[in-house]
Amino acid sequence: MAESLASMNNLLILCLAFVSGFIIMSIELLGGRILAPYFGSSIFVWGSIITVFMLSLSLGYLIGGKLSLRNPSLKLHGSFFMLAAFLLIPLILFGNQIMEALFLVIEDPRYGSLIVSMLLFFLPTAVLGMIAPYSVRLLVIDSNHSGHVAGTLYFVSTMGSALGTLATSFYLVLWFEVNQILITMGLILFLSGMLAIFSNKTFHANKAALDIS
Amino acid sequence: MNFKMKSTMRYWFSCVVLFLFADLIILQDAQAQRGIREIHQERSLYRNIIVTEDSSRRCLRFTITRRTGQNQSCRFLENPQALVFPYAKMTLSSLLVQDDPQRILIIGLGGGTLPEVYHTLFPEAEIIISEIDEAVLSVAEDFFDFAQTDKIKVDIGDGRVYVKRAALRNESFDLVIIDAFNGEYIPEHLMTEEFLQEIKQLLPEDGMLVSNTFSTSRLYDAESQTYQNVFGEIINLRMNNTGNRIIIASRQSLPDLNTLNRRAANWRSRLEIFDMDVTDYPRFMSTEVDWNTEERPLTDQYSPANLLNN
Repeated sequence: MAESLASMNNLLILCLAFVSGFIIMSIELLGGRILAPYFGSSIFVWGSIITVFMLSLSLGYLIGGKLSLRNPSLKLHGSFFMLAAFLLIPLILFGNQIMEALFLVIEDPRYGSLIVSMLLFFLPTAVLGMIAPYSVRLLVIDSNHSGHVAGTLYFVSTMGSALGTLATSFYLVLWFEVNQILITMGLILFLSGMLAIFSNKTFHANKAALDIS
Repeated sequence: MNFKMKSTMRYWFSCVVLFLFADLIILQDAQAQRGIREIHQERSLYRNIIVTEDSSRRCLRFTITRRTGQNQSCRFLENPQALVFPYAKMTLSSLLVQDDPQRILIIGLGGGTLPEVYHTLFPEAEIIISEIDEAVLSVAEDFFDFAQTDKIKVDIGDGRVYVKRAALRNESFDLVIIDAFNGEYIPEHLMTEEFLQEIKQLLPEDGMLVSNTFSTSRLYDAESQTYQNVFGEIINLRMNNTGNRIIIASRQSLPDLNTLNRRAANWRSRLEIFDMDVTDYPRFMSTEVDWNTEERPLTDQYSPANLLNN
């Protein structure tokens, strides 16, 4: 019983990693569309967006790893998703105003696009970056398997990223408006977070059961 | 990997290589037969730029692959003033709607054909060209005799950004020409309602927008609907022998056919040097709504332009 619960939780963590990978790349891809009206589609606009995503993910990995040291729980894991969902709200609601303001202040579209990318994408992406290392901690039971666990996790989340890129660029932009996609991503993150927090109880229960056995 | 798999892979690999080479050889043969030589080739930040020449003309081509590339701009070697492409002549015929522009903005330089033509017609007019790709400018200068002067200036950057900044500076242009291509189609952010609104801000009461686009794509309906939403009535210029299409949009009401014909008669001799008879054009200009008005217009939120084009 305890073991099947544990594997259910592991499956959940992997699914959530897939979701976060999918959403990170979907947002990155939409970033180009969001910035184009203000900063164009010059090569440095993509340069800015990719730089910011790499920076924020790297910081997210660092913080996520640190946070995993103390009392790792699905509750905190789920709250990353919910926080990321909330951090998408400024992008959806005030994205245009923020870009408009910076467009007026900064003449050089290189630095304009870099700073706007920072303001719009840094926080949600950094929080999404925290999920991967934290997931590794939740999944690892003994250190011998840590590499295997990390490999599986990165496989799943990077698969999510690949599909997120493909789905967004091939189909989602053809069917929906940019904001409709972003709102849906936010809702999915929110629900994923809820699911993780809800599963926290069973996670602790079965951990305890495993510890006893 | 076992031996069978290895040999199968080797077989497929050699098939692919052979196919690629065969493709290249056939293509080069076809070009050589027509006497087309590549005189310049470079890979810029945005595209491959190729300049070709045969016995009669020199052309600028943006390519993604050698096969899909289209000539963006061509000129006759003997008579450089004569316009090679229908789209350039069609663009010029918009002078029947609104003439004597004193400030002109052209988005997309290409071989520099349009700036030269407008400069010839209106030597006093200030012409600004917004071009994203610096390499296109140097190719135009090196191979198409394009030159910047105090009347013809090029701004290197994205057209959308140029228009936004110009609107902030309260600049106005009597004529704005959208002639931007990325080798595949018009860049998506230069097709949206918001962009057309920004251009509209640059137009004085008697200003005019002329857009060089196509009549043969799924985008036809969406594009038409987008222009209509921003400008109300538009003039659609389509001709039988070309997939090109010119959209003429103005803040004023558009002239009727009689007026267009009368103006064409007046303009005829001035435009003859470009190898065109402008009196042929009014009958192809139409304000008729010949598209599906239910089509979703293009906006910054929804602009899957290149996907719809396929």
